[in-house]
Amino acid sequence: MRQRLLTVWLIGGLVFLYAPIALVVATSFNAAPLMTVWSGASLRWYVQLWHSPALMEAAARSLGIAAASASLATLLGGAAGIALGRAGAFRGRGLFEGLVAIPLILPDLLIGLALLLLFIALEALTGWPAGRGVLTIILAHATASLAFVAVTVRARLAGFDEALEHAAADLGATPLVVLRRITIPLIAPALAAGWLLAFTLSLDDVVIASFTGGPGATTLPMAIFSSLRLGPTPVLNALATIILALVAGLLLAAWKLAPVAARGARD
Amino acid sequence: MRWLLGLSWAWLLLFVAAPAAILAGIGLLSPAETVPPLALPIGLGGYGGLADPFYLRALLGSLAVAAATALLCLVLGYPMALAIARSAHRRLLLLLVMLPFWSGILLRLIAWIGIFRDEGLINAALRGIGLAPLALLHTDAAMMVGLVYCYLPFMILPVEARLAAADGRLEMAAADLGARPWQVFRRITWPLSLPGVRAGLALVFIPVSGEYVIPDLLGAPGTPLIGRVIWDEFFQSADWPQATALATALLAAMLAAAALLRGR
Repeated sequence: MRQRLLTVWLIGGLVFLYAPIALVVATSFNAAPLMTVWSGASLRWYVQLWHSPALMEAAARSLGIAAASASLATLLGGAAGIALGRAGAFRGRGLFEGLVAIPLILPDLLIGLALLLLFIALEALTGWPAGRGVLTIILAHATASLAFVAVTVRARLAGFDEALEHAAADLGATPLVVLRRITIPLIAPALAAGWLLAFTLSLDDVVIASFTGGPGATTLPMAIFSSLRLGPTPVLNALATIILALVAGLLLAAWKLAPVAARGARD
Repeated sequence: MRWLLGLSWAWLLLFVAAPAAILAGIGLLSPAETVPPLALPIGLGGYGGLADPFYLRALLGSLAVAAATALLCLVLGYPMALAIARSAHRRLLLLLVMLPFWSGILLRLIAWIGIFRDEGLINAALRGIGLAPLALLHTDAAMMVGLVYCYLPFMILPVEARLAAADGRLEMAAADLGARPWQVFRRITWPLSLPGVRAGLALVFIPVSGEYVIPDLLGAPGTPLIGRVIWDEFFQSADWPQATALATALLAAMLAAAALLRGR
């Protein structure tokens, strides 16, 4: 009886989560520009989206930013994760862990504002970065998402005996060879999953990009946000549906990689 | 190993520690009509403005909205987490909970704007049964629905992880020894899940207290919230010391909340 009540509650919760999304997807194929009147299936909003140069240009820019910042975040987060998982008790470890964790929970508003001020100060002091645009957004997104990679990598390393690395070193492997032949293959699934998460986070960010970007560096979420302020349009439904399909595909890929990590940890 | 650590240190100090210090420091300067709009002398700067009732109300209002969102997510999400943890299809259900969370905040807001707006789904239904339409979009209620909708997975995931890791035999033993279902929950299940509950509360409360996008698109324009006030002070008024002082105050409030939730 109690179990059934819980199940009903869960189904209700899932309906709450999915009904609005289903509405958007359905409306995107509706010939009428309304959520409330169905006047036949149509792809006209997708065609119109294809012919919206501003949105398409912003989409291409956002995909580039997402790929670049995810790669940078994977490199940096991987380094931090290996340090946390393997460097033992180094000096300032508490501070290090704090600095890794802070961007994980801070509101985007604070991350964006603080990084913008940093970029301005750096430019005043050193001349780099010259102005703000795509590059500064990439640096900001990499900083905001490297924590996700670091946490995933550290969790995966915790599942492996450090004896593997010690054995390789005892057999004469240099630290670089140990890293390349042992550690990185072990954490590869975590790196891949972390890259995918960083990619989707970048593709979904309005606030950090608004602060750290500049003129001519409008990302797709920024473009959607400013047109949503004026009111929703059917073209946005089509765009949202495409993004949903893309993200669902990426998430499924990450999901396929995660159980590999779980199984590896048990062996 | 050493260069991995060095690389991480360098990045974290430059892009996390230094910006935090600059943020706190700029609050001490005065606004100006220059580029960047800052001037000496160093003084109380924007921190002096924190006592202004308008800012105080925005800060407290944001913390109240964040607390309400966290509690609503707990009430709605805890039974869902319990059902998932006890289900045979745990992995699939977790994927279902995570998918909307990754589908993008804007997609989800497009949906709620379509539902709440004057020509939207709810008002069409009201008209259909002969009732007068309601102004739903740009109200506090619409904002709360949007916040709970977007942050619910942040509550479910940590609570579910704790519940799934708990030893189910403890509950069985309690029941065998004569505890009633409510007693089993209150004395066994709830205490075991507490670390997850605390993590969930922090994961919802902290980001919501600085939320900008959801209140801007769904909420009432007049409601003063700190995220919006910071945004406006920075972009509209170009009063950087005020914006950064408010941001520093928000940061301090959030770190205190995180310490409080972790500490007990």
